[in-house]
Amino acid sequence: MIEGAAWRKWVFYNIPLILFVFVLLFPFYWMIITTFRPDGELYRPWNAANYQPFWTNNPTLDHILYLFEETSFGRWMLNTMFIAAVSTVISLFCGVLAGYALARLNFPFAGGLGTVIFVTYLVPQTLLFIPLAEIIRNFQLGDTPWSLILTYPTFLIPFCTWLMMGYFKAIPKELEECARIDGASRWKAMVYIILPVAVPGILSAGIFAFTLSWNEFIYALVFLSSPDQKTVPVGVTSELIRGDVFFWGPLMAGALLGSIPVAIVYSFFVEHYVSGLTGSVKG
Amino acid sequence: MALVSIRSVNKVYDGNVHAVKDVSLEVRDKEFMVFVGPSGCGKTTTLRMVAGLESITSGDILIGDTVVNNLPPMDRDIAMVFQNYALYPHMSVFHNMAFGLKMRKFEKPEIDKRVRDAAAILGIETLLDRKPRQLSGGQRQRVALGRAIVRHPQVFLFDEPLSNLDAKLRVQMRVELKKLHERLGTTAIYVTHDQVEAMTLGDRVVVMKDGIVQQVGEPLELYNSPANKFVAGFIGSPAMNFADVTLAESDGKLWAEAQGLRISIPGEMARRANGRNGAHATLGIRPEDIHLAGPADPADLCFDAEVEVIEQLGSEIVLDTRVGKSAFVASVDPNLRMKVHDRLKLAMNPARLHLFDAGSEAAI
Repeated sequence: MIEGAAWRKWVFYNIPLILFVFVLLFPFYWMIITTFRPDGELYRPWNAANYQPFWTNNPTLDHILYLFEETSFGRWMLNTMFIAAVSTVISLFCGVLAGYALARLNFPFAGGLGTVIFVTYLVPQTLLFIPLAEIIRNFQLGDTPWSLILTYPTFLIPFCTWLMMGYFKAIPKELEECARIDGASRWKAMVYIILPVAVPGILSAGIFAFTLSWNEFIYALVFLSSPDQKTVPVGVTSELIRGDVFFWGPLMAGALLGSIPVAIVYSFFVEHYVSGLTGSVKG
Repeated sequence: MALVSIRSVNKVYDGNVHAVKDVSLEVRDKEFMVFVGPSGCGKTTTLRMVAGLESITSGDILIGDTVVNNLPPMDRDIAMVFQNYALYPHMSVFHNMAFGLKMRKFEKPEIDKRVRDAAAILGIETLLDRKPRQLSGGQRQRVALGRAIVRHPQVFLFDEPLSNLDAKLRVQMRVELKKLHERLGTTAIYVTHDQVEAMTLGDRVVVMKDGIVQQVGEPLELYNSPANKFVAGFIGSPAMNFADVTLAESDGKLWAEAQGLRISIPGEMARRANGRNGAHATLGIRPEDIHLAGPADPADLCFDAEVEVIEQLGSEIVLDTRVGKSAFVASVDPNLRMKVHDRLKLAMNPARLHLFDAGSEAAI
């Protein structure tokens, strides 16, 4: 904490904190207020007498109803959830096993392999989608959820592997050695000792993977075309921006509803999540 | 119960770091053997090779009559206590202790009985439902011990198990370990860098340095007749004094001479040093074998020293003194009164003198 006079605390702690929180939360506030603002107020010019940008006296659910009645928003949510969940499970499974192998099995070139896996994560998706599109076309997976479920792991697995590798390295080797002296094979030591201890790390990787695939835009935009197959980010932006007309109310409603599942996942796992990122195992 | 034989064992890491060099040892049945040495001396590596956590580059390790070189740790019938305890953080104390038995497919009632017996021996019956993070350092240490003893292994291996405890608890746990060993009688190998632990716990002690065994023997044997200068300096606290001297024969006696120092070497040792007239050597004497010279002390064992530091410990006074170019530490009667820069006449106990070859550092 900052010591000394009260003004120091304000200048160096409270005021920066308030500014920071304001900057972070204002977009969400704007999203929420726009969602519930009737169209009449939305398109009122700034110099009108009753211009009220930060508040509304006539909240409405019209935009949300529009989303569900006039677009396939419910369908998009289900698509996104299914794709994000399955690709997360696949990536976690591979990432945990690969991370363990790279961290603990002393095979030749383990260090180099770890670096190479990380480098693949650094290849920008905006380049990678071109060859991937070719592959998706060859396997005739275009416009199906599988086009995303199978391509998301191309960046999720390196990410999970890298994160899990770091986490496994932080777990004291002695735990495993002790288990092996106690009579466990390497596999049993991993299943009974290392994986339970690594749960915070696995949860962190899972949440990250889920969020990344939930928010993913470019692959979804390229590989999916029919409205019923779309994910939330693509659906909202492609169906609610027509030409140069922005349907701000439903757009913001879609963004709000689309961010709720991620927010729930985060808040549910937040304790594990934080310890997974910052801490390791102590005694 | 079993003996452990280590036969010409070598360990080379990555083809260049030679961590353990041609170590041969017999740990007798029911013996408490302590490996001691400075960090990096190969003691832990040797222990880990016995445990099967480290492969052996060459040589043989036998537990009982079985060569265990290629057996995995689980098949060696050993238990190990680690420096950081390595308790499974997600399991209760009971399950920590039961894990090894479960892995070996013991019946549930038997597991229950063994865990409770071990907990009773260690006084941790009330902690069985707790998680490791809810325990103090000493309690964790006991759980780690309990996990080792429930399995009734042939050999216990300890890797610096007390070094994470505070000084007081360490002394207490040391006593408990000793009692535990007397009660169970299991062969034990104990690694430490603390020579006090080695002296107090070990039936026999192995002193290692740079991967080489320097001396194996009972604690007092190491203390009284160290094989070389390293062992002499490592065992004992405060450490033995060393002075570089030149050996010279005159008046039918052998003298160890240095600036401000002229000590006659007693008969038996002088005979062993025969033929070294004019050679360089190292004279060693423990602080407790130096006392304030009285009328009864012969002049050829006395020397003049200037007091540099006085450490009053209550039971003794530790004096740091200077004699010519050498420094001598003496522990003397706590009732003596003296000041820094006082010049004192000190005398050595001739029976407790040590002489080491200047080149090989081996005892003469």
